[in-house]
Amino acid sequence: MQANHSTPTPLSADVRRVMRRPVRWTVIEIAFWVLAVLSWFFLPEQHLILTEIAGIAIFALSIDLILGYAGIVSLGQAALYGAGAYASGLFSIYVTGEPISGLLVGAVAGAVIAFATSFLLLRGGDLTRLMVTLGVAAVLFEIANQTAWLTGGADGLQGITIDPLFGHFEFDFYGHTGYAYSLAVLFVLFVLSRLIVSSPFGISLKAIRDNPLRASAVGIPVAARQVAIYTVAGAYAGIAGALFTQTQQFISLDVLSFQKSADGLMVLVIGGTGYLYGGIVGAVVYEMVQDGIANLTPQYWQFWVGILLVVFVLVGRDRPRELISRLTARAGQMRKSSSETVISKRQET
Amino acid sequence: MDTVLETISLSKIFGGLKATDNVNFRLEQGARHALIGPNGAGKTTFINLLTGVLTPSDGKILLNGEDITSIKREQRVRRGLARTFQINQLFGKLNVVESLGLVISERRGHGRDWFRWAGTLPGIEDEIASLISDFGLEDVFDHPCSGLPYGKQRLLEIALAIACRPKVLLLDEPAAGVPEADRHEVLSRLSALPSDVSILLIEHDMDLVFNFAEKISVLVSGALFAEGTVDEIANDQRVKEVYLGGADHG
Amino acid sequence: MLTLLFDGLAYGMLLFILSCGLAVTLGLMNFINLAHGAFAMAGGYVTVVLTNNWGVPFLLSLPIAFVGAAVLGLVLERTLYVRMYEKGHLDQVLFSIGIVFVAVAGIDYVMGSQQQILNLPQFMRGRIDVFGIGVGIYRAFLIAVCGLLAVALQLILTHTRFGSRLRASVDDRRVARGVGIRVNVIFAVTFAVGSGLAGLGGALGAEILGLDPTFPLKFMVYFLIVVSVSGTTSMLGPLYASILLGIADVMAKYYVPALGGFVIYIVLVVVLVLRPQGLFSRMN
Repeated sequence: MQANHSTPTPLSADVRRVMRRPVRWTVIEIAFWVLAVLSWFFLPEQHLILTEIAGIAIFALSIDLILGYAGIVSLGQAALYGAGAYASGLFSIYVTGEPISGLLVGAVAGAVIAFATSFLLLRGGDLTRLMVTLGVAAVLFEIANQTAWLTGGADGLQGITIDPLFGHFEFDFYGHTGYAYSLAVLFVLFVLSRLIVSSPFGISLKAIRDNPLRASAVGIPVAARQVAIYTVAGAYAGIAGALFTQTQQFISLDVLSFQKSADGLMVLVIGGTGYLYGGIVGAVVYEMVQDGIANLTPQYWQFWVGILLVVFVLVGRDRPRELISRLTARAGQMRKSSSETVISKRQET
Repeated sequence: MDTVLETISLSKIFGGLKATDNVNFRLEQGARHALIGPNGAGKTTFINLLTGVLTPSDGKILLNGEDITSIKREQRVRRGLARTFQINQLFGKLNVVESLGLVISERRGHGRDWFRWAGTLPGIEDEIASLISDFGLEDVFDHPCSGLPYGKQRLLEIALAIACRPKVLLLDEPAAGVPEADRHEVLSRLSALPSDVSILLIEHDMDLVFNFAEKISVLVSGALFAEGTVDEIANDQRVKEVYLGGADHG
Repeated sequence: MLTLLFDGLAYGMLLFILSCGLAVTLGLMNFINLAHGAFAMAGGYVTVVLTNNWGVPFLLSLPIAFVGAAVLGLVLERTLYVRMYEKGHLDQVLFSIGIVFVAVAGIDYVMGSQQQILNLPQFMRGRIDVFGIGVGIYRAFLIAVCGLLAVALQLILTHTRFGSRLRASVDDRRVARGVGIRVNVIFAVTFAVGSGLAGLGGALGAEILGLDPTFPLKFMVYFLIVVSVSGTTSMLGPLYASILLGIADVMAKYYVPALGGFVIYIVLVVVLVLRPQGLFSRMN
């Protein structure tokens, strides 16, 4: 006994359910964010390190947007990060130390550089993109190095002072304001990313990532979309850089270095690409590992990072991601089986 | 009869090789037109030229009278030209629903929307659902494309092109690799395609060609060798010679 | 001016020896090996240690550097790299970055982070006057050695059976296997020789390019540019690209010092714009 016109066909309802799936906040996700907020209250000793984690997570998220969702391999995301860092640093010195506008300046700087160099990435495959992104970052590094009168060169940019947030909350050495600030920014950017990746635009990016030939054959303007996401990711990286400047109140050429780009890529890969949480998971793991190794061999930790990276890639990048999928799938199963009983009950009437 | 797709002296040269040789081709409105020829004749190259994957060395392509020779691939799709690929070109990690949905969003001009999730486009679920049921994909619709059995992949391959609601559809060996048992399903889907869609079909399977096509063009070494109705071509001695037994399937 | 050209030529030839191994392994195995510079660094340090600490004559240390780097390459290829061939580009990039980190930190630990000074034999230092041009003896030596090597490599590639098997494997690996070519052996030998050449380049270049633990990172971009701009089935592409790059770099650093560091990137952009199908069509 089927219903009237206003009820969708069973297949349509199923389709809707499938489309809705990535949009739903799972229990694990909500729990994670609640924990993150609670950590501000219950882990005041760790605020400095947590601020770092949040900042790295945003940077890794910017790489996830282009790598995990659009398939663009970049070894030069530091260019955009550093552009944001220096832009907001200079902004705080010469214009105003107000933090939120500093973030916006960082975002714009990252976006502009990304947009300007995006056309170089459109043609050619992975090797070309690696080259170009490496090259752009190296050029920016050189520029920052040569214009020491502006950027402080190898000595770093001195004299950055950040005004209290909303005129009230000072950035102090304990990182209390810094962490709340960074966490809030991370959350906002995260929610925005979530929206983007399940939008028609976001799905078209995934199509471009999986099969650019077919994407263009079904009417997707591949180049335009890639430029768009690269620019957005540039803004994200710029914000991450600005955040770094504001919470550290000192930056140097490191923010434009290859090391920075490699670290960001590594952090993302540890956590897994293409599901948005990779950057966060990777940032947490990275900080824990870095802390652990730094206590053992503070000077040569890069050696151990290299070993870990090699082992990690050899063993299989997907393992952590698969583990997380299995956990969330199990949580999803519990929800699914309860909603299925509702549907089957409805069908019986 | 209106000509929906036309090429004028279309040529493509790779180094010393003439992959497409001065082809003057016409596809009529509502056609069921097959393009056949021995291996290496340049059939896929021809489709690649029509869809903009390759740039011609010479000649013009006209779609509904408009010169599309220098128009980008995605723009040609907007003007009503769609194709399928000989080797399945699907979006590996996306599932069937997402794949069809994105083509529909794109077609309706909402591919750029970043501010709403894909399911909010009015009526999109119904359209996806009807495509799924038209192509027999009900039992796999939430599986990722890379996990589908080959026959289903092939059907999805065609469904993606149909989701573009093309006026001209180019099918590159739709039955390629499909096991004998599933071929009839592909054939019945093809026969069920709307009659106002003009179809150009590349195929090696002569059963399919003779069952489906009304007109046949034969491509040999990049040039149009013969053209005519199914009967004319079936009885053409020269065509038989060129095929050397390929037409013996009968 | 002519001296500059000469210096640029020497620099370019050096780049060629450093990069040609990468060009071939990239074309052959489709493997992005960012750690190629680490082999060059290894060769450089071998030579420095041999000549400075053990008193081995410089000229003798060169083939030893070659062999050392080649052996290192062979070992790593058979144990680690071979597992990475079927993986995607991202994995290869991460893997080779890991190797670079290990190499850089390892050398820093063992040898310290300072620039290494190579003691060239007396007869190689200084300049002589040839037709009014100041010619650095060492640079002349470089040009001679690298030139001979380039010729030798090209001959091997085009006139030996190994060369033709190599070119077949580059063209189409599956077909090459199908006609009985032992592709794995070709991979191993090619990788070893390519790494050996890099080591030789590192040894030869210690004097001109400098040698410290950051060498692989500093010069990574140079190698990649040479490789991207050139082809893979002959030595001529990498040779021309290297010479062009070398001369451009030296000239730019002299005439416009502030801009000197940017030259290679400008070249990169120009090439990208001129060759719209992408630099390395085989990789796409």
